[in-house]
Amino acid sequence: MKKRYWLFVPLLIFVVLAVLLWQGLGRDPSSRESALLEKPFPAFSLTTLEDPDKKVDASLLEGQVTLINVWGEWCPTCKREMPQLLALKARGVHLVGVDYKDTRDRGRAFLNEFGNPFALTVFDPEGSLGFDLGVYGAPESFIVDAQGNIRYHHTGYITPEDVEGVILPEIQRWQ
Amino acid sequence: MAVIPRALMALLVAALLMLTGTAGADDLHHFDDPALQARYDGLTASLRCPKCQNQAIGDSGSPIAGDMRTYVARALRRGDSDEDIRQAMVDRFGDYVLYRPRLEWRTIALWAGPGVVVLLGVAAIAALIRSRRLERAQALNSDERQRLETLLSRHERSNHQDRSQQ
Repeated sequence: MKKRYWLFVPLLIFVVLAVLLWQGLGRDPSSRESALLEKPFPAFSLTTLEDPDKKVDASLLEGQVTLINVWGEWCPTCKREMPQLLALKARGVHLVGVDYKDTRDRGRAFLNEFGNPFALTVFDPEGSLGFDLGVYGAPESFIVDAQGNIRYHHTGYITPEDVEGVILPEIQRWQ
Repeated sequence: MAVIPRALMALLVAALLMLTGTAGADDLHHFDDPALQARYDGLTASLRCPKCQNQAIGDSGSPIAGDMRTYVARALRRGDSDEDIRQAMVDRFGDYVLYRPRLEWRTIALWAGPGVVVLLGVAAIAALIRSRRLERAQALNSDERQRLETLLSRHERSNHQDRSQQ
């Protein structure tokens, strides 16, 4: 009798495909890889939330690993995210905020009420920086390395578990 | 009784008229040049809203879809090609935004994959059938063939004897 192990090849292919597709089913269809990973942070020239006369650009991200958080006063999830951002600040993370499609008054009131973890907040009332970052909902966060390249993109809310489990390791990784 | 609904109705109609009025007055998204208008309509129908999974940016009411329509309108006015605009969207939001994905190695693998699998299957079946046929043809080894010959010759001999007995 000839050995016919190769008859199991179709079964093997089926099992591999089934596992692959099964994993695909379990994935959250609204989260996907950022198109900006490994690319330089987009150029911008905007004022800060604190000072309408102070213009900042992408060079402010050079020299250290930064977590950029895109938020807005109108965004309920952003409120729930603030304690995690404050915890990250307490752990020595350099944070920069982007106040996205907001008014200056509301943005300032938000930081007064929920605390300000940001070294600086870029004021983006038109959402132009957000658009160039491919932001399609707040909150979203980016980790940018010391050379100003985007290394990590977090769509949606940073959970308390994400602080230790995802964000801090990613910050470490790009130091 | 009928007065209040009628007043309400009038209000509603007025509100609707105002809504359509403002939409018609939207200069940025309306082009006098029919060719540009057609390109705008085509692009907004073929770019997918990143926030809402199964809507083109032309159909979606989500804020990001509005921003994308505005980008398309501005880019058309400054003379960008359709491909420039699509590329700008892909650079920001990924391949996800293209309802009609581009021909790349990974999309080729995706589209040609089933065909390749079918061809492999056909080849496997053909190989199987061929080997079966060969097996059948070569089923007897030399011993067996010799035995078959003796059996056949014995059979012929007995046939011969039968005939001679009649």
